[in-house]
Amino acid sequence: MRDRTLWTWHVGAGLVILVLLGLHMAIMHLDATLGLFGTGDVEPVDWESVVSRMQDLFFTVTYVLLLGAALYHGGYGLRNILLELNPGPGLRRAIDVGLSVGGLALFAFGTWAALAAPGAATAAGG
Amino acid sequence: METRGHPNRLGILGWIAGGRWGFERYLYALHRVTGLGLLAYFVLHIFVSSARVLGPESWQQAMDVVSGPLFRAGEYLVFAAFAFHALNGVRLAILELGFGVGRPIDPVYPYATSVGRQRPLALAVMVLAGIVALWGGLDFFVLQ
Amino acid sequence: MGSQSVTFRVRRYEPGTDSEPRWEDHRIAAAPGMTVLDGLWLVKEHDAPSLAWRSSCRMGICGSCGMHINGRPRLACNTQVSELGGDIVSVAPLPNFAIVKDLVPDLAPMFEAHRGLAPYLVREDTAEQEAPTREYRQTPHELERYLQFSYCIKCGCCMAACPTVATDPQYAGPMPLGQAQRYDGDSRDAGFGRRRAVLSGGSGPWRCHFAGECSQVCPKGVDPAKAIQLLKHDLVFDLLRLHRRAPAAPVAEAPHGAPREGIPAAPARTVTDG
Repeated sequence: MRDRTLWTWHVGAGLVILVLLGLHMAIMHLDATLGLFGTGDVEPVDWESVVSRMQDLFFTVTYVLLLGAALYHGGYGLRNILLELNPGPGLRRAIDVGLSVGGLALFAFGTWAALAAPGAATAAGG
Repeated sequence: METRGHPNRLGILGWIAGGRWGFERYLYALHRVTGLGLLAYFVLHIFVSSARVLGPESWQQAMDVVSGPLFRAGEYLVFAAFAFHALNGVRLAILELGFGVGRPIDPVYPYATSVGRQRPLALAVMVLAGIVALWGGLDFFVLQ
Repeated sequence: MGSQSVTFRVRRYEPGTDSEPRWEDHRIAAAPGMTVLDGLWLVKEHDAPSLAWRSSCRMGICGSCGMHINGRPRLACNTQVSELGGDIVSVAPLPNFAIVKDLVPDLAPMFEAHRGLAPYLVREDTAEQEAPTREYRQTPHELERYLQFSYCIKCGCCMAACPTVATDPQYAGPMPLGQAQRYDGDSRDAGFGRRRAVLSGGSGPWRCHFAGECSQVCPKGVDPAKAIQLLKHDLVFDLLRLHRRAPAAPVAEAPHGAPREGIPAAPARTVTDG
């Protein structure tokens, strides 16, 4: 795919991340002031909070979406930096292939974790 | 194309120290550094948070590993990096899609540039990023 | 007002003799109003007859004397010694270009990239272009869409300031990209598709991350960073099918009515074919 298309997707993915990661940060790290999740004695990283998010379809879908958008955005950004270091043609190809394969592998692993999570939560008695 | 004579490229030093050391050049350099940091953290995060699939014990073990003060400080750095990268990214997306740089003008000395035109936006997003980072600091270290 | 003693710290490089460029100091008397280019002539006249650089018009028009002066790309003829402050003036060849000798950069790769982006009016009516019958129609408003970018003198200062060009020789750079927009933005041009074929690839504007230095150093106020972002806008909107380009402006219509009287005939051609 040509750089014009890749770049346009990069900006689009950035916008998706802005919304979803902004929400994620607000839930996980601004919990004391916003209290969006795990208020009171329960922390957002406590197992009970984790289980309730794992069983929520909204979180499963947005996790996968955020995972894909962030991997693409980060992968393209890293590619930018690496290609601007002027690697040779062979290394250029290796960067493209390596980032694509690595990104897809991480996406597959993260997606599996997100999809397997509701079952795991049920099995653990959540 | 082949060049003649002594190569005189500034190299990576030129990413931060090419010419005038303008404000936007610092933002450009910081955007790269924070982007790399966020990507590294994100990959680690995928693995750590996947421990939830293995049940509550594994999850607790993973949380114990990353709950030390060093990780907490590192996590805050990631939060601050996100605040900067996201807000500066919004500025870049607006500008790089051709909005906010202005129409072509008649260049009359002293020249007005698109860089000067967008500077209020650059300052505004930096102030906003500072506020979000401070807010995060309050949440991370004071109110816990 | 008398003259002031100033040290010109000049970067020297003799191909075949020097393995690395070296600094050389020369004391000169800088008179009020003296430009860096004037200073270089003094150095050459009294101290270093073999010192080489490129210059021509001495008034910021030709774009030959782009140099790295006190750490910033500038035109030597357009920079007064007094405006630099201090008593040391460092003069080095423009970075990001190979050094041919002393202060002479090899600008050929920049012009190669420039040529690759068809920096001229691309049209289908080539016969009309070769033997024009009338001018192409263009309103003052249409002219304003590219006029700023047409002031570029190809001095290379923007290329020397660009962080991407500092490491990536495949990136076309601010000057060629700015000139691509100068023609893409011209209502008489039909070359968008042809330039798009090159611009959509890895050497195109996607390597620009708006560090903004090119526009800060441009001695003509061309603002290449603006041109590049407008270029991206047009290319992305074209990709998303959100922007339809108007056809190239036609040849202007013949004036209506009887021709005005008293208009003198054009002089005979001084150059003939063949």
